[in-house]
Amino acid sequence: MNGESFLFTVFALATCLGAIAVVFSQTVVRMAFWLVISLGSTAALFFLAKADFVGAAQLLIYVGGTLVLLVFGVMLTASGPYLKIITSPGEIMMGSCVGLLFLFVVFASLDGVKWREPSVAAMAAGNPVVATGNTLRPIGLSFLGSRPDQDLISDGDHLTPGYLLPFEIVSVHLLVVLIGAAYLARAKRRPVGSG
Amino acid sequence: MMFAAQSIADFFQGFGGWQYVIAAVIHAVLLVHVFAVSPFAFIWLERKVSGRIQDRLGPTRVGGLFGWLQSLADGIKLVQKEDLCPTAADSMLFRSAPYIVCVSSFAAFMVLPFSHGWVAVAADCGLFIILAILSLEVFGIIMAGYSSGSKWSLFGGMREAAQMVSYEIPLAICALVPVIAAGSLNLGEVGGMQRGWFTNWFLFHDPFTFIAFFVYFVVATASCKRAPFDLAEAESELVGGFHTEYSGMRWSFFFMGEYASMFAVCAIASILFLGGWNTGLAPIDDALYAARHASLDGTSSAAAMGYLANVIGAGVFAAKASFGVFVQVWLRWTLPRLRIDQVMTTCLKYLVPISCFLFLGATLWPLILVTGMGRTTWTSPIGDRAAEGLQETRDGSAEVSAVTVPSIEIGLVVPAASSVDLEGVVQ
Repeated sequence: MNGESFLFTVFALATCLGAIAVVFSQTVVRMAFWLVISLGSTAALFFLAKADFVGAAQLLIYVGGTLVLLVFGVMLTASGPYLKIITSPGEIMMGSCVGLLFLFVVFASLDGVKWREPSVAAMAAGNPVVATGNTLRPIGLSFLGSRPDQDLISDGDHLTPGYLLPFEIVSVHLLVVLIGAAYLARAKRRPVGSG
Repeated sequence: MMFAAQSIADFFQGFGGWQYVIAAVIHAVLLVHVFAVSPFAFIWLERKVSGRIQDRLGPTRVGGLFGWLQSLADGIKLVQKEDLCPTAADSMLFRSAPYIVCVSSFAAFMVLPFSHGWVAVAADCGLFIILAILSLEVFGIIMAGYSSGSKWSLFGGMREAAQMVSYEIPLAICALVPVIAAGSLNLGEVGGMQRGWFTNWFLFHDPFTFIAFFVYFVVATASCKRAPFDLAEAESELVGGFHTEYSGMRWSFFFMGEYASMFAVCAIASILFLGGWNTGLAPIDDALYAARHASLDGTSSAAAMGYLANVIGAGVFAAKASFGVFVQVWLRWTLPRLRIDQVMTTCLKYLVPISCFLFLGATLWPLILVTGMGRTTWTSPIGDRAAEGLQETRDGSAEVSAVTVPSIEIGLVVPAASSVDLEGVVQ
């Protein structure tokens, strides 16, 4: 077992055990702690796969952003000292059904990929960008609508489109969500003198 | 995860494949010690500077006239203290919170380049990774505040959460202003571009980066929860804030994390704005650059010179970052603490709009210069420097791959593997 597969085993175990602990713990903030372990290990798996950008985004958005907001929300709203969630047997049944279905979907899609086929391995090995792990510039350029990595490989008759349009649609969508959230959260204006 | 240590490895030629492992271990241990020793030095600095500012002498007893062993005495005292956990606390979270703070601020040192090619992980999006890692520290503080079972701690944790969630926005935007000028998120590349006279530093690149440096420094001070932004501790109103219930080593872990992340944010500032490991004097920089390049030829004396050049670079880098820490200490003992509403107002009403303006200005600046002067920079063309920086980084990454490949799978035949990697990456 070389160093990389050892680290993979460690982080994969931490991801799974953290996720199981999230399900079985009852205090909300403990759940957040186990989520940190689970999501942080997922980021580490991304780093191991040389997907630095995705790993850093995972850390920044989920661990540094979402979880901090979650705990912040719990601290602002909790009435007792430690907020707990007691699940009823029906909820456990529903949850495990959804979880098992999701597990089935994941396994089905994993089984669908021909991992041993030469094309998948050759795609990863032959691409110099993938081999060095410096994928940031291609990602940035593809968001701007140009794919130099694909254009160099193809015969040059037509250029490969990037992801500019989906990127802009997502940006506008997020802006709409932000404005909506600000509208919902603003203080209700009261008539002068009555408050 | 180890330093690019090609040159030191040359000294251990007689050890077969193990020379890379030995060199890597030496440098990994050195990196851990940067994290361990820098709080040690900065705590002494803090005591000494605060003493001088308040017209006192500061520590004078332990370790001679300047009291430079005071931090060691503090450490011994803290190790001896009882490891307390209040009955009202959630003991698992309470005990693990200091480790999250400590680990996250240490992990930031992994992607920090100390000199040309001297980086544990040479990532293409290094700045993004380091900002992501530094944003994890707040989670430990919030957990400490929440799990202590004390109202003071809860208030401290809540303030910290509110403050950090707001201050991360201008921090990231201000860090992007020099990135626009450089066209790269790779910290090694950004540092390499600023070689030559100090006018090449991104601080003097355009008026927007000049202002962005000062805004970044203010925001970075706030993100390390240093005074005047230390509302999470606020000992005049909250006893000790988030660390009220902590004692002994767990308490000191918070402060090791704090001083280490002070060093980390100042180091980021020095790479992005102040030329990183470059001295700012063109003759010296060119000589160091030439020495590093000569070291790739492989003779052992050239390798030694290249290694020495990198040691000098790391010294310059550490000096710049330490000066930043000194300024933060100086600010702490001269400015009064803000109120929490003033802290939030400063961020949301002033710093965020200012940084957005700087970001917009930095994107428009090349256009203005092109229409006015016919070129995109007022100092030497950045394209040339960028090409040189890229070349330098490629050489650096060649060294990195030469070291990491054989050391992960220890049984490998080292010379063959390293020569293949060198050719492959440079081409």
